[in-house]
Amino acid sequence: MSATTAPETAPPAPPPAPAGVAKAARRKKLVPYWLLLPGILWLVIFFAAPLVYQASTSVQTGSLEEGFKVTWHFQTYWDALTEYYPQFLRSVIYAATATVLCLLLGYPLAYLIAFRAGRWRNLVMILVIAPFFTSFLIRTLAWKTILSDSGPVVEVLNSLHILDITSQLGITEGERVLATPLAVVCGLTYNFLPFMILPLYSSLERIDGRLHEAAGDLYAKPFTTFRKVTFPLSMPGVVAGTLLTFIPAAGDYINAELLGSTDQKMVGNVIQSQFLRVLDYPTAAALSFILMAAILAMVTVYIRKSGTEDLV
Amino acid sequence: MEPTHEPESLSPPQIAAMRRSMTSGRMALSRRNLLRAGGAGAFAIGGLGALSGCGIPPAGRTEAQGASDDHSAEEKQVNFSNWTEYMDETDDKRRPTLDEFERRTGIKVKYTEDINDNVEFFGKIKPQLAAGQETGRDLICVTDWLAGRMIRLGWMQQLDASNLPHAYTNLAEGFRNPDWDPGRAHSYPWTGIPAVIAYNKKATGGRKVTSISQLLDDPKLKGRVGMLTEMRDTVGLTLLDMGKRPETVTTDEYEAAIARIQKAADRGQIRRFTGNDYTGDLTKGDLAACVAWAGDLIQLQADNPEIEFTIPDAGYMTATDNLLIPSKARHKKNAERLIDYYYEPKVAAKIAAYINYVCPVDGVRAELAKIDKDLANNPLILPDDEMAAKSHAFRLLSSKEETAFEDKFAKLTGA
Repeated sequence: MSATTAPETAPPAPPPAPAGVAKAARRKKLVPYWLLLPGILWLVIFFAAPLVYQASTSVQTGSLEEGFKVTWHFQTYWDALTEYYPQFLRSVIYAATATVLCLLLGYPLAYLIAFRAGRWRNLVMILVIAPFFTSFLIRTLAWKTILSDSGPVVEVLNSLHILDITSQLGITEGERVLATPLAVVCGLTYNFLPFMILPLYSSLERIDGRLHEAAGDLYAKPFTTFRKVTFPLSMPGVVAGTLLTFIPAAGDYINAELLGSTDQKMVGNVIQSQFLRVLDYPTAAALSFILMAAILAMVTVYIRKSGTEDLV
Repeated sequence: MEPTHEPESLSPPQIAAMRRSMTSGRMALSRRNLLRAGGAGAFAIGGLGALSGCGIPPAGRTEAQGASDDHSAEEKQVNFSNWTEYMDETDDKRRPTLDEFERRTGIKVKYTEDINDNVEFFGKIKPQLAAGQETGRDLICVTDWLAGRMIRLGWMQQLDASNLPHAYTNLAEGFRNPDWDPGRAHSYPWTGIPAVIAYNKKATGGRKVTSISQLLDDPKLKGRVGMLTEMRDTVGLTLLDMGKRPETVTTDEYEAAIARIQKAADRGQIRRFTGNDYTGDLTKGDLAACVAWAGDLIQLQADNPEIEFTIPDAGYMTATDNLLIPSKARHKKNAERLIDYYYEPKVAAKIAAYINYVCPVDGVRAELAKIDKDLANNPLILPDDEMAAKSHAFRLLSSKEETAFEDKFAKLTGA
């Protein structure tokens, strides 16, 4: 209504208006960049700069007394790799095992919360997140009490002769669980489980319940429905969850330090000891970069294979 | 786009598919890909420049100019960084000896328990010290080998003896002349830390553990032996057990000791190399026997009567935690007055009674007896002559040796 009357009653549009509009438009165009600025600054200061610094450190040589100079000594990378490949391999194996275990434990739970929990949903979610209210370190230390040699868990496992079998398999040693590979993998699984459950839950929860009904109408059995409908739709959650578990688990050193023995040390432990104790900064930096490159390569292949681009 | 070679054996649909992928598929030169490639290129070129620009300058001898700037007179305060559990404390979180110092001198002490680990603390303050900047701390407390390293690097200030009358007179004989700080020019010990053998009687089945040899060889202890990640304590005790002196250790002797421990580790004798967290393992019995710090043991024994300790016949290691003033500290004189205050026997006795480590102050026995007779007679706090004779210290290592020794030890611990 008013639009039709406006041209007659309103004075002719003042000439400066288009300029103002252009200015406003330009300002509008800049808004995203202004909004990006804090994040970019953050990344530059706390991610890019340290990364460059570490990259530089990895090709330096020297000592604390004489200082470290960039000598493009790439040999450090090769030396670090040949010296510490067992720890690298172990990190990948432990992290991958823990990721698979997290998926096996986390998927049913996330499924339950998303589709079956009903009014308990919020409570169960809180239970999943609750461990975050205590420190990572304390939670890991708690496992030392739970898995203590004379504690109830190990006693039960021993009386059922389960530890005899696991010892044969080489994942425990004698009549104990602590200071063995099993303890480290269990610790990793426990500590990173929420990182698996949360993305799984958020992608499962988005699935339209009517799709399940439709699958049923088309004579799909429950398992077929899961295989053909639910699981493919939850793939973004699976990919995100496995990445969020695998990446930090591969670099973790707390679990190996507290729950493992000398034969369970992971690459994170080596980096820590090279950096802080041995004061061989170039080797520590080179190890970090090798780990980063290895993870990046594995993740790229994995994402390509799993064929999903949007990670929740 | 340049025309790309297309093999002739492809079927027309395949060729069509390939063309499509060139323009709109994965191989397409989209804006995103271009940006990505450009970004990577820019990063690579800029990166090279940035990389060679970095570097860590050699350790500066900042001692001379570090000493000049003292604001003690106009700023009545001192910033003291110490380990946790290293200061007497009442149940309502007051620190009586520090309060007394503040009352007496009017100097406000900002006491921070921010040292948990020597290597981590060094990592934390190294950048400032290396750059010749102030650390914000006037007084720090670190273990002797780290103190030695930082003095060697020229990062610690020389102390002014005229501000330290009590410390100068009361410092116990055995602590006066460490090889890493001759004549105590830069440091005064806060405590002595003996490393001895501890065991849990229940876990060993009543067996006594009396030597490092037994720790490394006794099959009854297999998988339940702990050693410390503190290289000088673990290797030092092993050297003593092998009849060598840690005061004069050579590279060959050091390697022999490492090989000795490695053999036991390969056999599965050693469960873990630990820091302070051995105490929990020992109490639970997960560790049957281990190398342990004496000050912890008095506390552990009070909580668990099964815990016993042995001073090995071959001797034991004593390290020290030392008070030092970093270069550029703003309140040097105040810090010196604080050091001196803790060398008054009455004050030192209060600290010894609370933290239970070896007290490096002469004339403390009578004062300590007034607080607790048992503590005054405990050789772990005030060693008698017989015990003092068995005490050893690891020799000062050069920077090169330190890196090489630590590297070998790190390999032993699996990292």
